[in-house]
Amino acid sequence: MSNILVVAEVRAGKLKRPSLEAITAAQQLAAKTGGKVIALAIGSFLDAAGKELAATAHEVVLADTPEFAAFSGDAYARVVTEQVKAHAASAVLMAHTAMGKDLLPRVAAHLDTGLITDAVEVTYEGGKFSAQKPVFAGKAMLKVNATRQPFMATLRPNNFTAATSGGAGQSPQKISPAANDLMSVVKEILASGSDKVPLQEAKVIVAGGRGLKEPQHFKLIEDLAAAFGPSVAAVAATRAVVDAGWRPHSEQVGQTGKVVSSTLYFAIGISGAIQHLAGMRTARTIVAINKDADAPIFKVADYGIVGDAFEIVPALIAAVKAVTANH
Amino acid sequence: MEIVVCIKRVPATDTAIKIAADGKSIETQGVTFELNAYDEFALEQALRIKEQLNAGSVTVVTVGPKEAQKQLQDALARGADKAVLLLTNEWVHDSWACSHALAAHINKSKYDLLLCGRQAMDADNNQLPSRLAALLGFGCVTEVSKLSLANGVFTAERDIEGAREVIECKTPAVISCNKGLNEPRYANLKGIMAAKKKPYEESPAALPTSAMAIESLTLPPARKAGRILGTGAAAVPALIAALRNEVKVL
Ligand SMILES: Cc1cc2nc3c(=O)[nH]c(=O)nc-3n(C[C@H](O)[C@H](O)[C@H](O)COP(=O)(O)OP(=O)(O)OC[C@H]3O[C@@H](n4cnc5c(N)ncnc54)[C@H](O)[C@@H]3O)c2cc1C
Ligand SMILES: Nc1ncnc2c1ncn2[C@@H]1O[C@H](COP(=O)(O)O)[C@@H](O)[C@H]1O
Repeated sequence: MSNILVVAEVRAGKLKRPSLEAITAAQQLAAKTGGKVIALAIGSFLDAAGKELAATAHEVVLADTPEFAAFSGDAYARVVTEQVKAHAASAVLMAHTAMGKDLLPRVAAHLDTGLITDAVEVTYEGGKFSAQKPVFAGKAMLKVNATRQPFMATLRPNNFTAATSGGAGQSPQKISPAANDLMSVVKEILASGSDKVPLQEAKVIVAGGRGLKEPQHFKLIEDLAAAFGPSVAAVAATRAVVDAGWRPHSEQVGQTGKVVSSTLYFAIGISGAIQHLAGMRTARTIVAINKDADAPIFKVADYGIVGDAFEIVPALIAAVKAVTANH
Repeated sequence: MEIVVCIKRVPATDTAIKIAADGKSIETQGVTFELNAYDEFALEQALRIKEQLNAGSVTVVTVGPKEAQKQLQDALARGADKAVLLLTNEWVHDSWACSHALAAHINKSKYDLLLCGRQAMDADNNQLPSRLAALLGFGCVTEVSKLSLANGVFTAERDIEGAREVIECKTPAVISCNKGLNEPRYANLKGIMAAKKKPYEESPAALPTSAMAIESLTLPPARKAGRILGTGAAAVPALIAALRNEVKVL
């Protein structure tokens, strides 16, 4: 068999979009291997997600029990491992999210096989699986051939289009595995307390750096993000301003922060240090605003404006608002 | 508590990467290597736990080349009790192979806690800690930025997309450390002198053939040259026009 198994991520009943991107990658592989795409979701209250998955995967398996409502790496890994075996999957894919990064290495250990993380390309050619991933903080690309079975990969979000069709419309198969002997379990989820889109899922990211001079000036960054809409844009920061205590670490983009691939990335008052570029160089379009025409950020920016952020950003906020108001 | 800290020697983060003649590795000539920044958080946390409990020991271990001695000595100078170098001349890019080499060593003793960094900033795998936990049958929390220990149970916090998870984890455990967890200390002269007398072991790494054979290592395509649209607020209309007409995001 040459089935491709996708581990779908469901949080609070909602199927995460990067999981549908993983289905696209699985469909491409399955077209080559001649196998089926099997989507597996683990959690509680999975019916809505199951419907969405049935529209895109050949088969859907839901491990839907109250015990799985909270993420437990060890319990989830056992379920995935069993399902990989039960479906004789030759490849296992999941999104490179906080959950994917925690879970798939455990499954790879149980199956005693390799795993390529943060892959941007997966292929099946001449009977072997290959993948490509950024290494050295995106300064190089590594291409590898899997030598062990099954092939496993986590996929960088925003890199494949989300699947919308291709399913067999079959009703999901429900399983109720036991969740005993948990070593680790999520006790609580501290919500960010806002309706704002998470950084990794934002289409537009407005990032500010030390050029903003003082923490309260981040209001400009927040206002520009707000002009695009709370479900569209998120605020990010450089390490310089995070270390200065102006912004929380969860907003840091770069080598020791988050890696993002948004459609649009504004770098405002950011010099463009190599460690910052590591986190945002794969954004589709980069706009830089900096008063120093020689700032390295202009080397990676698609569009640049040279000048004082305190003059330019308010004008930009007004202009963006004028456009979004007409929608 | 008997603690192991897994560390790796990686190129400094400001290194300009050049590809070696074999097309499968980086040119190391002129590259400065340093202790992986996330592993500094792991080492610091280990030292703090030992101080908190006022008992136990901290062993640092790496699978790497002879030159990794330098990073191990640095860890000893900061306060680790013992260092182990599992020798290999290969670039350890495959976590499957690395986990087996580390487990072969770790299984020889009884440990309660393994501390790792979130990811090694060369292959950027971000998978060794939870892989190793599953292999050893340990509990595990990854990308931890807040950690406390009471009655043998860890309470850890980590960022997930748009929220934070609070996780309880039993021992034995593997914890992978993220930025924000602590402020690492540096070695002082006294520590550097003391390090020279601490136990140090070296043996060949039991490293199996990689599960991910390297086909090529290449430089990413350069971003195409951008455009300066102008100076000051006067350039805003040109930017809006470009975002609407060329990029179609507005
Ligand atoms: C191991 C390691 C890991 C690191 N990881 C990260 C990471 O994950 N993320 C990260 O961001 N950095 C990281 N760094 C730090 C990085 O090297 C830089 O120090 C940092 O990115 C600089 O932040 P900045 O651009 O905000 O500040 P600066 O470099 O000080 O740049 C400020 C910019 O603002 C411009 N400016 C000033 N005033 C104005 C104005 N009025 N209007 C417009 N522009 C103005 C200036 O011209 C300048 O270009 C790391 C460093 C190391 C050593
Ligand atoms: N070769 C190695 N030797 C010892 N520890 C390692 C090695 N590679 C990775 N690690 C540990 O595992 C963590 C995660 O690495 P990785 O999964 O390779 O990105 C690192 O921060 C180290 O703590």
